[in-house]
Amino acid sequence: MGKSKEARNTDITASSEIKAADEKDAAQRPRKRRRLKVAHPERCIGCLGCMFACSRIHTGQASLQDSAIKVQTQGGIEGDFRIVVCRGCENPPCVRACPAGALERKPDGGVVFHRDLCTACGKCEEACLIGAISLGKEGKPIKCMHCGACVAFCPHGVLTLEEVPA
Amino acid sequence: MLRKVLYVDLSKNDSWAEERQELFEKWMGGTGVSIRLLLEECPAGIDPLSPEAPIILAIGPLNGVFPVATKSVATFKSPLTGELGESYAGGRLHMAMRFAGHEAIVIRGKAEQPSYISISDDEIKIKDATSIWGVDAQTTGIILRERETGVGRRSIIRIGPAGENLVRYAGVVVDTYRHFGRLGLGAAFGSKNLKALVISGTETAEIPDARRYREVYNRLYNIAVQTDVMEKYHDIGTSVNINVLNWLKGLPTNNFQLSSFSEAEKISGEMFADNYLFRRLSCAGCPIGCVHIAALKSAFSAHHEFEVRKVSYDYEPIYSLGSNLGVNTGEGVLRLIDICERTGLDVMSAGVVLSWATEAYERDLITPQETLGVPLQWNNVDGYVKALENIVKAPNEFYSALAKGVEFASARYGGREFAMALGGNEVSGYHTGPASIVGQLVGVRHSHLDNAGYSIDQKAAKKPMDSETMVDEIIKEDNSRGVFNSLVGCLFARGVYTEENIIDSLGAVGIARTKDDLQELGKRIFDEKYKFKVREGFDLSTARVPRRFYETVSALGKVAPETVEEMLTIYRKKRGWS
Repeated sequence: MGKSKEARNTDITASSEIKAADEKDAAQRPRKRRRLKVAHPERCIGCLGCMFACSRIHTGQASLQDSAIKVQTQGGIEGDFRIVVCRGCENPPCVRACPAGALERKPDGGVVFHRDLCTACGKCEEACLIGAISLGKEGKPIKCMHCGACVAFCPHGVLTLEEVPA
Repeated sequence: MLRKVLYVDLSKNDSWAEERQELFEKWMGGTGVSIRLLLEECPAGIDPLSPEAPIILAIGPLNGVFPVATKSVATFKSPLTGELGESYAGGRLHMAMRFAGHEAIVIRGKAEQPSYISISDDEIKIKDATSIWGVDAQTTGIILRERETGVGRRSIIRIGPAGENLVRYAGVVVDTYRHFGRLGLGAAFGSKNLKALVISGTETAEIPDARRYREVYNRLYNIAVQTDVMEKYHDIGTSVNINVLNWLKGLPTNNFQLSSFSEAEKISGEMFADNYLFRRLSCAGCPIGCVHIAALKSAFSAHHEFEVRKVSYDYEPIYSLGSNLGVNTGEGVLRLIDICERTGLDVMSAGVVLSWATEAYERDLITPQETLGVPLQWNNVDGYVKALENIVKAPNEFYSALAKGVEFASARYGGREFAMALGGNEVSGYHTGPASIVGQLVGVRHSHLDNAGYSIDQKAAKKPMDSETMVDEIIKEDNSRGVFNSLVGCLFARGVYTEENIIDSLGAVGIARTKDDLQELGKRIFDEKYKFKVREGFDLSTARVPRRFYETVSALGKVAPETVEEMLTIYRKKRGWS
């Protein structure tokens, strides 16, 4: 294995289910909230591995629409890629905009989505300035859970999971 | 799993989808389904540039679902060879077709005026393209991006002026840096007044067993990124082969007069990586990122004013526009690739046409009057730039002949013995030995990728192989690639998709197949393709091998005509042909 290979993030053994479980644990341990960070957008090669990972791991299907992370082009693949994903705001506008209490901010800062409370009004989508919330087929938000599934499938270390002090 | 065919009729300005469950079940997808559709759709003996000649685009059951299954296939009657036209492209077309819900698209007829097809899920429109007719392929992409929906999940495939002007080896540019390069799909588009096709969608590919899906996905992904099966594509890229083949004496130079280039170092993959590479890109769903993009910065005044062109490069264009034209600078090679990108020419055919023309010019078979004063000389990049532009514009009989390919031009002007085509298709960049020659000659689309004869020669260089073993290897690849191209996988990832992994990934999307099923399918697809080839006039017994192949030392030494003859005899016998 070459040098460049070592630098690539290939840790997928610890992915999916394990990471999702870690996410649950993290919710119980307020001091260790984890947040997805787009650390090196300029290293993106446009493989869309993160998008496929997000939908595959959360829905079990192959889909671009159902992904909470989006890799957008700016002037086609000739231009730079733009990675659009929830940045885990300290004072989240999506929570403030939700009239049904479906988006709830936990004491540790994480935002939890209660699907059963959601009325599909779309206000959260409008409220997010960076466009990180898209609406799924039922009109309910597809929201990043900061589980890190995408991180494991980014071959160039564009994405990282960082710990956020409470 | 979607199992339908979308029909777009440009003459009738109409489109509709048909359920074709049985077709997909029997022929899998990709090239298997496409060859059946071609036999259904294409009347025998038709002019490839007539409205009756169809264009078929297809993907397979793994595209958009599993990693490194990133290609789509175009099937048509080749305007270059007059028989089977088949070309593969990466980029994002496979993904866009998957999520738009169209596994196969048949394009029929001819639009009344320049048009483009816009597909967004089930919404299919044929739109006016008169204002972009004549616009280069790159700018066409820029314009359509602004007009159409689906940012970040669409594919835009388009032709340049070469396709519009029916250059027989015009290609179709796919998402800027990838191509349906070979065998003239661009001319087929042009003949239909079809400038482009834009496609995007929002569908989901439903998977029957999510757990199994994730498990197989992870296994394939791990092989792609953690083992060395794809390493060479990741680092230097395919152009790593410039130095390798040069050392082996298999790098065609100055129109195959030599098989090594004394200045290969100056156009090597390592040189490009060190001096020009600024970015790598991936096809959607591939973590490797083998698309290497060079920044060509050149001054256009003495006052520090620069233009920067972003040019994708690979082994084949460096061979065809580099060593085979004696071009010894990175800048020269990139300038020539860039012209082909903008005008929409196939780089491989264009380079081989120029290398023949250079030698013919040297031997006084053609005159400066015919070239319109353009000096066709080895390493004369300015001359080659002008010649390429003239091929696209075809201002006289000579350039018009060049636009029809090296087979046609050499029949008109002479120099057959050094007109480097096999089966009418300009050859790829390998003079490795007899398996490369025989492989391209018998291959269904006369491409080095039909059966990788060049790779068989390289194996034989390490451990001698007799003619029969070589033929067995060619047949094995002919057949197994028919299956892989039905999926439609990237051939760089063939090490990832072992037979077992193919069976498991198909199983995860609900398609149960055994080893025997797949082998039988591969053989069946090959036979269908030959059915079309023979129907359209291809005859292996009279196929021409340029004498130059026997005169220049290859990686396996001089190839004797008798060896090639012997291999062809064995091949015919093993195929059950008399």
